[in-house]
Amino acid sequence: MPEAFSQTPWALVLILLPLATGMISFLWPRLAISLGLVTAAILILAVVGLGWQIHSLDGGVYHHAVGGWGAPLGIDLYADGLSLLMLTTTALVGMGVSIYSVAYFEHEQALRFWPIWLLLLAALNALFLSADIFNLYVTLELLGLAAVTLTALAGSKAALDGAMRYLLATLLGSLCYLLGVELLYHSYGTVDIATLAERVAATPVVWAALGLMGAGLILKTALFPLHFWLPPAHSSAPAPVSAVLSALVIKATFYILLRLWLTLFNPLNESVATLLGLLGAAAVLWGSLQALRQTRLKLLIAYSTVAQIGYLFLAFPLAAVAALSTWNAVAYLALSHALAKAAMFLSAGNLLRFGGHDRIADLDRVVQRLPVTAMAFALAGVSIMGLPPSGGFIGKWLLLEAALEQNRWDLVLVMLLGGLLAAGYVFKVLGHSFTEAPVMHEAGTVPKAMEWAALLLAVAAVVLGFLTVPVLAWFGLGDVAGIGGVGS
Amino acid sequence: MNWDEWIPLLVVASSLVPGLIIFALAEERVRLRTALNLLGAIVKLGLVGVMVWGVYREHIYETRLVLLPSLELVLRAGPLSLLFVTLSTALWLVTTIYAIGYLEGAPHRSRFFGFFSLCVTATVGVALSGNLITFLLFYELLTLSTYPLVVHRGTEAARRAGQTYLIYTVCGGALLLLGTVWLYSLAGTLEFIPRGFVNDLGPEHDSALIMIFILLIAGLGVKAALFPLHGWLPQAMVAPAPVSALLHAVAVVKAGAFGIVRVVYDVFGIGTAAALGVTMPLAWLAAFTIIYGSVRALFQDDLKRRLAFSTISQVAYIILGVAIVGPISTIGGVVHLVHQGLMKITLFFCAGNLAETLEIHKVSEMNGVGRRMPWTMAAFTIGAFGMIGAPPIAGFISKWYLGVGALEAGQSWVILVLVGSSLLNAMYFLPILHRAWFREPPDQWPADHQFGRKETAWALLLPPVATAVFALGVGLFASLAFSPLGWAKLIAAREFYQP
Repeated sequence: MPEAFSQTPWALVLILLPLATGMISFLWPRLAISLGLVTAAILILAVVGLGWQIHSLDGGVYHHAVGGWGAPLGIDLYADGLSLLMLTTTALVGMGVSIYSVAYFEHEQALRFWPIWLLLLAALNALFLSADIFNLYVTLELLGLAAVTLTALAGSKAALDGAMRYLLATLLGSLCYLLGVELLYHSYGTVDIATLAERVAATPVVWAALGLMGAGLILKTALFPLHFWLPPAHSSAPAPVSAVLSALVIKATFYILLRLWLTLFNPLNESVATLLGLLGAAAVLWGSLQALRQTRLKLLIAYSTVAQIGYLFLAFPLAAVAALSTWNAVAYLALSHALAKAAMFLSAGNLLRFGGHDRIADLDRVVQRLPVTAMAFALAGVSIMGLPPSGGFIGKWLLLEAALEQNRWDLVLVMLLGGLLAAGYVFKVLGHSFTEAPVMHEAGTVPKAMEWAALLLAVAAVVLGFLTVPVLAWFGLGDVAGIGGVGS
Repeated sequence: MNWDEWIPLLVVASSLVPGLIIFALAEERVRLRTALNLLGAIVKLGLVGVMVWGVYREHIYETRLVLLPSLELVLRAGPLSLLFVTLSTALWLVTTIYAIGYLEGAPHRSRFFGFFSLCVTATVGVALSGNLITFLLFYELLTLSTYPLVVHRGTEAARRAGQTYLIYTVCGGALLLLGTVWLYSLAGTLEFIPRGFVNDLGPEHDSALIMIFILLIAGLGVKAALFPLHGWLPQAMVAPAPVSALLHAVAVVKAGAFGIVRVVYDVFGIGTAAALGVTMPLAWLAAFTIIYGSVRALFQDDLKRRLAFSTISQVAYIILGVAIVGPISTIGGVVHLVHQGLMKITLFFCAGNLAETLEIHKVSEMNGVGRRMPWTMAAFTIGAFGMIGAPPIAGFISKWYLGVGALEAGQSWVILVLVGSSLLNAMYFLPILHRAWFREPPDQWPADHQFGRKETAWALLLPPVATAVFALGVGLFASLAFSPLGWAKLIAAREFYQP
């Protein structure tokens, strides 16, 4: 058994399994739910298997030439600590969302949801395993289309509006990215990241490529001020879809940006890092303030995502000096935000199902009537606010440490203010859910699975605060964050 | 297996585990819930007893868990930790009994007792923290677990009080976090050790250290209700009486004051702090808070609000004792941590009894209440005289050591503060006592809940009487080795005289 476990090509399983089950569930809808759950469970196993394989490799980097054809001709699969971290995030959130969706989607919608959801998982996993910038583009496009389709699933006017905006933004982003890829391919004759990293130099063409790819990816990651499409899309989608969009889809483009930064563009210039940091700071403040102003729960959570994305970009100007603790912080923030934000959107879905609305001021009695959901929201909030003990706290601590070592008081201030504002909007929701207004209408019933799926993810975000050593060891495989990187 | 490594963790777990189980219990499982609560409290008390005996014989109890690659979660039982742990554990037991009586038949009790247990878990964690990051972790957990208790009643007023409470404490937490990270990036360690870990940083870091000191004290001062950061405390009075007792005597305010003691002694070291010139301003601030709280208390007609302002004043004694810099004033300040807790919890229990039994909330309604509820008012009287500083009640001991300590440290102005505050204390407590014992009772109380021949329910009556007896006892038997005073002397000796 251990032999079979270590020999299985888990990387291929990660991509092909959801792809296959997605197609099967399209053809035989009756199998969809059971197939979806089994797939989600096997994906967790596959990530563990892949992690085990990478761990036992020298250097901690996994290569697989698909069909025996390696780069530059064939397709290479590549995985190191960073890929592994994102795959883990996907598998965990995927599991929570799958459990939730079983109860959430009614018959008609379930038919459409499961095939696309499994396709989206396949696209995500393929993206995190890609070794060249063109495959990244292909998976990015797949991911975007799947995500837009899911957004439109509700079919309401708001949902279609949000989905249309999302579609335009995501296509524009991919287009920019593709132009950048073409420029690089034209100049260097390869799309393989490792090969490019050896050849790339600070020429105008590379600058143009960096600008195009960066802008496209930033648009898709919804970094301030290119976040305009996110709140309507994320707030109008069905709850499990919102969770996936906020937790995973925007992280995927961030992953590409980070990967390219670490391998190709990092040595180029500091002012880009400064710019990204500046935008990140603006995102933290703007997103948090907007979240605080919202009267609708899902919009509040969506703006909170805009803010939390900002934290990830604060790392860029800090990484030049304190690379290790900064990228560790980013890893932690990304992972814990994914779990916590998914839990928040799922809880919001429960509240919506329960009360028929998501007006924050009228959330009265939620704590009494839906204690598990309230707990899930609160625990997720703890991580989002960055209070201990939680994964969010660890990430914030590491980032603060890096900022203080370099006397970047501006960034320190932004982080603290962001935390305070986050506490403001999280407790705005919690405060209103404690009050006891008279019952105005018959409340809808919320299935147990939906409540517990949200709680599970939230607890995971909190427990993450105690798992620093294994998580950072996982992330550290292949020395992604180190000065070494893959490129140099 | 070495048990000594696990006892501090078990002490924390002994309220965490029952708390988590209680959350899952259905509302009507009253017996099981009560049993779990009491079992947890008694187990904790037993474990703390073991540690007290061990630490007295210079034994070390320490749990270490890895939190970050370079930082550990440390729980360690030293003399100072144990003083606070013993206080909060003993008072938790009493408060639990009181809360069971107080909330009988009230809704949402599983939630209440769940958070109640979490709150004590956090307090014990604060007390046992062996480094600043562990302290921070439990300090924030305390904020989070008290919030649901403050808003427990679910009224709009409760929601607003909760909001105020959070604005203050979350901002305080952010300052504390900033100070902690900054300190860590300077010193490379956060481990509490006697006489501090910043001594050998060199003079070029002095200004940074002063800033860090201000950040830490401001962050802690919010919970300790130090002027001008005290605004949340009187507002939080909308919470049920057991919660007020918890806020004022067992957990929140105490955690802030305890944190200040920790920062001054075990982070900076009293010598370094004095050399940086930060203790004098702290002493002035504490002295001002003492007078300010007392003056504000004079003008409150709402009994609980009057007691709240009294807390603001009394907790500042602890900080004053620390900031005067001297072994004897240290004894006075540290011992007041316990004494204030015993006396204030008595007063809050009594206020709760008046509200529950006769629905009396205001001082002006208390005429002749001593005849209707003699035991409650007897306990209240002991607490009030203790606050004034009348011998032989606990409060006298604290004030005596503070006064002598101030003279020894050459700071005679403190005597004026002590005398002035005692006068003010008398001015706001004696009229209450006069009303209760010597005025004619009204024809009819605002309401009158009968409990057979007793003046009120057993569970409500026993806790204040017990704590009043304790407050008297720790004053009378102050010279015993295991009295709070004896223990405070041990702490001061280890801080000032040990090599």
